[in-house]
Amino acid sequence: MSAGHPTELETLFGDYPLDHAYDEMREAGGELRPHYRALAEALAKLPPDELQRRKQSADLSFLTQGITFTVYGRDEGTERIFPYDLLPRLITGEEWERIERGLTQRIAALNLFLRDIYSDAKILNDRVVPRELIYSCKHYRRQMRGLQVPRNVYISVVGSDLLRLNTGEFVVLEDNLRVPSGVSYMLTNRRVMKRTFPQLFHSYGVRPIEHYPQLLLATLRSLAPEGRPEPNIVLLTPGVFNSAYFEHTYLARQMGVDLVEGRDLVTHDNVVYMRTTDGLKRVDVIYRRVDDDFSDPLIFRSDSALGCAGLFNAYRAGNVTVTNAFGTGLADDKAVYAYVPKIIRYYLGEDAILPNVETYLLTGEKERQHVLANLDKLVVKAVGESGGYGMLIGPQSTARQREEFARQIEANPRNYIAQPTLDFSRAPCLIGNQLEPRHVDLRPYILFGDKVNIVPGGLTRVALEKGSLVVNSSQGGGSKDTWVLE
Amino acid sequence: MLSRVADSLYWMSRYLERAENTVRQLDVTMSLMLDTGGASDEMRWNRLMTALGKPPGLEWNGDLDALARSMIFDSLNRASITYCVNAARDNARQVREEISTEQWQRLNRLYHQMHSPHVQTQFRSNINDALASVLDGIHLFKGVSDTTMIHGQGWQFIRLGRYLERAYSTATLLEVYHLDLFHREQDHSGYQYLELVGLLRCCTSFEAYCQVYTADLSPDRILEFLLLNRDFPHAIRYSVDRVRDSIESIQRTGGRRPPEELTAGIGRLHAMLGYTTIGEIVAGNTAEFLHNIREQSMLIHELIYRYYVHYSIQSALTI
Repeated sequence: MSAGHPTELETLFGDYPLDHAYDEMREAGGELRPHYRALAEALAKLPPDELQRRKQSADLSFLTQGITFTVYGRDEGTERIFPYDLLPRLITGEEWERIERGLTQRIAALNLFLRDIYSDAKILNDRVVPRELIYSCKHYRRQMRGLQVPRNVYISVVGSDLLRLNTGEFVVLEDNLRVPSGVSYMLTNRRVMKRTFPQLFHSYGVRPIEHYPQLLLATLRSLAPEGRPEPNIVLLTPGVFNSAYFEHTYLARQMGVDLVEGRDLVTHDNVVYMRTTDGLKRVDVIYRRVDDDFSDPLIFRSDSALGCAGLFNAYRAGNVTVTNAFGTGLADDKAVYAYVPKIIRYYLGEDAILPNVETYLLTGEKERQHVLANLDKLVVKAVGESGGYGMLIGPQSTARQREEFARQIEANPRNYIAQPTLDFSRAPCLIGNQLEPRHVDLRPYILFGDKVNIVPGGLTRVALEKGSLVVNSSQGGGSKDTWVLE
Repeated sequence: MLSRVADSLYWMSRYLERAENTVRQLDVTMSLMLDTGGASDEMRWNRLMTALGKPPGLEWNGDLDALARSMIFDSLNRASITYCVNAARDNARQVREEISTEQWQRLNRLYHQMHSPHVQTQFRSNINDALASVLDGIHLFKGVSDTTMIHGQGWQFIRLGRYLERAYSTATLLEVYHLDLFHREQDHSGYQYLELVGLLRCCTSFEAYCQVYTADLSPDRILEFLLLNRDFPHAIRYSVDRVRDSIESIQRTGGRRPPEELTAGIGRLHAMLGYTTIGEIVAGNTAEFLHNIREQSMLIHELIYRYYVHYSIQSALTI
């Protein structure tokens, strides 16, 4: 930044604070990172209210398209648009290459791990992962033992959450191996973005992501049961009251497959059919957006009306592919997470390319005492939860919350883990008329059928509250488009 | 197409048709009440209620304003316009991926219109305008349905819902008016004229009628027009013809053997309207004829559901 008369750039930035956290746009000294320069200059050249105008037009576009999610807690569940930040988050080709390799390695290893756990459990016999950790996991599904899944693929649709630490290095915060959501926001963000900044987008040479639905369809098709060359693929949704219902309708439309609910499905002789106006039609592949627990009342929760009775037996008979497989939540348990580097080493003989965040398991006496003594500095999470629920952020907590968590940890240490409070990276966001840094994470979407496929980028989630570290949409987070550069 | 989807599209459309019908009949009844001669408010209100299937909770109590208000806004009363619009939107929401964005946006707008505080004020200041704007919303939805959606099975189920509801409700309306109006001696006080115009306006058919028969209103001709005209969209025969077209189209595109009972059922009703003259209807038992139309529409509805939506697994496996 030059001294004297403020440049257009300086006006745009106002007092853009930098501290020890990694800033996606600016280096520690305040200079722009080279790949952000063109973006910053283009923004600085816009007339003052032009950014606001484009922001409003983008918002309107989301609203009229009905890109909303449901917020619970009111009488009818209200529909809201997912908050959206106008500025793209940039990732260089080199950075992406490492992320892609790292995720490919990680997903391959986790898949081998699931296969092993549900067959011979060698990794337990070799005492690399403690047996009690696995068998005490609430997402472990005994019913999956010895079951042959198509192509040995347990996790075909994955979204892993990455953070960038102050060293500039990306780390994996958690894996979502059950029913990860948000990919429709990635796709619609991109569409709105191309309309909002067409020239800028063009000049950057951004790698495309729009083919995700097609890749997803190809992935699902590759997992069809044998002897079904033209498989009938469906997307199973819990229904209109689910918070991700928009995404389900969006993906079904984009893939051109039927969106079914449990009540559309019937099983007969271990074959799954859907009820159509043209009679019963056999279903070959189910992309399941319903949790394990609710999928089949005969096998899992008997009070669930969202699934299809007999589904699991049809699956066991190999007459239908259900993906992700049941019981995959075992491998995204936050305590099992701590073992992922060891899991990668055990199955692939490699070091993890993307490191983990340091994690304390609380079952060990020594670690637990250390964590309890330092609750005000750590983040504590319930192992089986997601979406930012069941979490204590030490530095932002009250003494009462800490006491409550301490009590819960003592009562059930297996149910919690602790991690240091991370100062993960921040990216510029449009707040009012100025750029201000906000914490961001990155959720790339990984598909695994014939091979691992990752569309370049993913969903960058933003903690829109100043200073907040929580990016989940259920907790007031937003998102922005992610540009992976050539 | 999934049976559940067909079910939702059918009811989405049927509820909107019902809402439209209710709006028009309410509008006509209230404007007839401005002329105090001829019949009492109570009698007219009761006639409206009979034509709408005697919904509970709306019996005449002398307070027309309150009754009309609950007829429009009471979302707990299944006969109210708001209830029908809510139900149509609920059905649309469950098949969001099957209908076009334009359809969804129109219906969504209508829904928000019914629930906005503004419409209550509008209702107080000018009820006719308020009802007209609801009708506009419904018409817009029908327009975009025809222009933005593939005319495949889904669209055909939308048409089934619309025309079955129309045939049923028009037959009910005629049955009610028949008892009330058609047996009377010709009177020239002008009140009978108003009533007959009202009947035609309930089916948006006054102008169309005049084009065919001139403004010479006679009960028999009105009956002929609303029952047997093959070109007027609100006539029962026209509606039944469209139901037949849609069922044939659904059978053509489907791979299953056409269900004989359904083909026979719709054919019977079609023939009944196509091969009966108004002279025969008037000379015979008109009320029974109208009642018969209603029964057969209900039967067709049941058969559609039995074959396309609620069929048993066993029956589907043996075909």
